[in-house]
Amino acid sequence: MLRLVLELDGEVVTRCDPHIGLLHRGTEKLMESRTYLQNLPYFDRLDYVAPMNQEHAWCLAIEKLTKTEIPKRASLIRVLYSEIGRILNHLLNVTTQAMDVGALTPPLWGFEEREKLMVFYERACGARLHSAYFRPGGVHRDLPPELIADIYKWSEEFPKTLNDIDDLLTENRIFKQRNVDIAIVSQQEALDWGFSGVMVRGSGMAWDLRRAQPYECYDELDFLIPVGRNGDCYDRYLCRMKEMAESLKIIRQVIEKLKNTEGDILTRGKISPPTRSEMKQSMEALIHHFKLYTEGFHVPEGEVYAAVEAPKGEFGVYLISDGSNRPYRAKIRAPGFLHLQAMDQLCKGHLLADVSAVIGSLDVVFGEIDR
Amino acid sequence: MYPKDLVQLKEHVHQAQENALEFSVIDNEELVLVAKTSEILTLMEFLKKNSGCQFTTLVDITAVDYPSREKRFDVVYHLLSMNLNQRVRVKTQIAEGDMVPSLVGLFPSANWFEREVFDMYGIPFSGHPDLRRILTDYGFAGHPLRKDFPLTGFNEVRYDEVQKKVVYEPVELVQEFRNFDFESPWEGMGEVIQSTEPEQEEESR
Repeated sequence: MLRLVLELDGEVVTRCDPHIGLLHRGTEKLMESRTYLQNLPYFDRLDYVAPMNQEHAWCLAIEKLTKTEIPKRASLIRVLYSEIGRILNHLLNVTTQAMDVGALTPPLWGFEEREKLMVFYERACGARLHSAYFRPGGVHRDLPPELIADIYKWSEEFPKTLNDIDDLLTENRIFKQRNVDIAIVSQQEALDWGFSGVMVRGSGMAWDLRRAQPYECYDELDFLIPVGRNGDCYDRYLCRMKEMAESLKIIRQVIEKLKNTEGDILTRGKISPPTRSEMKQSMEALIHHFKLYTEGFHVPEGEVYAAVEAPKGEFGVYLISDGSNRPYRAKIRAPGFLHLQAMDQLCKGHLLADVSAVIGSLDVVFGEIDR
Repeated sequence: MYPKDLVQLKEHVHQAQENALEFSVIDNEELVLVAKTSEILTLMEFLKKNSGCQFTTLVDITAVDYPSREKRFDVVYHLLSMNLNQRVRVKTQIAEGDMVPSLVGLFPSANWFEREVFDMYGIPFSGHPDLRRILTDYGFAGHPLRKDFPLTGFNEVRYDEVQKKVVYEPVELVQEFRNFDFESPWEGMGEVIQSTEPEQEEESR
């Protein structure tokens, strides 16, 4: 859903003008007329490759304004699913990037793994894609122990697939010819164009919001931040491969912690529903449940910017509340928007055939760019 | 983040850029600088290049519409300093039709953000190299994120089987759009913002 207007000199690109907005659904306008909770599913539809990471930013924004602390177990579950989202995203990106430069096997292998992860999504919340699982105050449902055990089992098997993809691509002659030294991003360029995520890490800057401005319980977890050296498409590919391994590490640690962390998965209060059993016994709880799902909760007046390290980069929400049950204004800051903007800069002087490699390594999803 | 550092940063900016600022607050552990529109470029350059600030990354530009205010729009900038691990928000108020100096010369990434603000709010940026619409359709009229723009829009698009092409038609709703009033029933409806017809403006294309 991208219209790319290219000016060519023979086969060399001299100007590149992306026309975006073909998937524009007016998310921000729609959000102004819906309650905070009704707005949550819109975030699944932004970057539909890793839906829960987007919801996370929205929940964080609301929690910052309402000054809600979430229970430890919910925080761990969020981290678990954020990292599953990261692997979902990187698997799609790495393998389709390979497909863009002519390799057909990696997507077939990668999508098989994605399918398993989608099943984990489904078992947690009932939906494979549009999960609406992270809620303000925690997560919607607790995870059954069998699911946690299965995720752990998967995390032991997945490195084999990762190695297989690595074997296919990392030293592959054609893959390297198509990616090494293509679209080099210098550190200055990365700053000038407002890059984030793998786009800055590929250029050698160890900038990761999970480490720099920790949210949830990332500061208790042990993981590395892979950085590239040359800032070309190939280094970004390597970063993503390494990040998947790091995410696996996080997933295993979180599962260990989950075993020893019991308790509720929602901060019970005005912004979250009462438990089912309570609702059947208490009149007040029933009224609260009804009001919550019709009128929604009110968020105190104020403004806040909350960002998470989404797989593609810094995904932020700038939320302005006027004290009512709907956001006065919510601006979604998508990392892909800035990355795509630099297409002109990155493609200039490259061959037409390299454009697809560049788009592949930018990791763009139009759900979040066009909003 | 660390509010103590924010207090220092606030004082630092105040000392150096007293003329450019209207006021500043620290709210929800975030520093908000409210700047004069004419001085926005000086302030941004200071924030980017001063060694005590180093806000080298432009995170976001957006606008907010407050139709009841005399200066109707807020233009909001978010900056990030990776070196000092700090964020800052800069706001400026402008009236309808006023120009805002473009930041493209300072931050190349401002280009699309300013196009988006222009598209959604109709705020023009002076000195912008290529101020076209970005997210809306080719030939779109009106500015969707203004509060007086109806949620349903004015035109709808469908594929016409007879004409074998996509046609644009005025929106027809089977049922009136239901905008529930959740305020206290005793206070009743607030002031309803009247929607205005989209002005037939010339596309810069």
